[in-house]
Amino acid sequence: MPAYDIEIILNRQLADCLSIPVFITDTSGNLIFYNEPAEGLLGQRFEETGEMPVDVWAKIFKPLSETKQPLSPDELPLVKTLKTCSPHHKTFWIESLMGILSKISVTSYPIIGRTNKFLGAVAIFWKEDSNED
Amino acid sequence: MKIKIWGVRGSLPISGPETNRYGGNTSCTLIHHHGHTIIMDGGSGMQRLILNHDLGHQRIDILLTHFHLDHIQGLGFFKPFFDPTMEIHVWGPASSVSSLHARLSRYLSPPLFPVLIRDLPCKLVLHEIDNSEFEIGPFEIQSRFVIHPGPTVGYRIQCNDKVFTYMPDHEQALGRNGMIHDARWISGIDLARSADLLYHDGQYTRDEYAKRVGWGHSSQEDALQFGSYTGVKRLLLAHHDPSRTDIELDEIDLKLRDSMETDYVYEFAREGMEFDL
Repeated sequence: MPAYDIEIILNRQLADCLSIPVFITDTSGNLIFYNEPAEGLLGQRFEETGEMPVDVWAKIFKPLSETKQPLSPDELPLVKTLKTCSPHHKTFWIESLMGILSKISVTSYPIIGRTNKFLGAVAIFWKEDSNED
Repeated sequence: MKIKIWGVRGSLPISGPETNRYGGNTSCTLIHHHGHTIIMDGGSGMQRLILNHDLGHQRIDILLTHFHLDHIQGLGFFKPFFDPTMEIHVWGPASSVSSLHARLSRYLSPPLFPVLIRDLPCKLVLHEIDNSEFEIGPFEIQSRFVIHPGPTVGYRIQCNDKVFTYMPDHEQALGRNGMIHDARWISGIDLARSADLLYHDGQYTRDEYAKRVGWGHSSQEDALQFGSYTGVKRLLLAHHDPSRTDIELDEIDLKLRDSMETDYVYEFAREGMEFDL
């Protein structure tokens, strides 16, 4: 398999230095890297799971609106970024597989390299204080 | 394909008895095969190349890895540029903000240089490349962006079944914990895979690199590890620091051989080295 473009590699190296959860996907939404703080949200370690297909990792969180109603995938920042190649931001709730509710903000941006080619996307999860069991 | 090394020094040319054995000229390597000539980078080594070779062809291709001065400072003194019978093709990495012509002109224009690109009498053809595949005569060439400040490419040059990979400036270990031990996540690895000869950045010792992370260069240890990942047959450590004397390079070489084992041949690059692949 060919190596990732250096723009992807450098995003991973940056994510590895950050204390906020960062997820990196390819252009199809497959999760190709998440850092240690993101492991806490996922409840899994990257060393153990490796890359995850979009249909697997999309089921780990259930996104809910401010009023706790299910959010359609099209309303999620990362999905929007993958579709539009532009940055997006949204605050919403997520429910983990264990039923834990967390309020988060997500900022996502496209990785567009020197060749002006869309290479993937990054989603940064900003965890809010409000948690509900 | 015949390869001759004409410049091995990084950053700044240096001249004197302390550096005569390895050489003090900056990056330049000549490749030729059956009348086709490629020159890798236009550092100060280009001047010795011109003094020692009758290039004698109507066409010369110059492949630039990037536009730091130690890789282009020889261009202004490259005689074939001033020969109206010559056709010279310059290949260099594309930038999203300025053209190849504009970036070359920063050096080849006053106040840094008296002659403008447009006044060069040769037929000059500029090629902007990125993650590209292209052919020059018998050479099949791949270029890929590699980790180094500013747009920088490495090259994989194949002629018949032999591969020469050229990456004089490369910091593949840039990151909190250095190189990621997974081939898909290593900059430049596709260019170097199973190469017969890899010419690679090895400017710093491990201790020096720790103080120069982000400057765009490799430690010798990281370069050797990169060579192991790629399965190269032979590796030349290059881009020697300009402050390094021949004696110091010999001492580093000895220490390196004590501390690291490789399953391929490696040595520090010297001006005048020749290879026939």
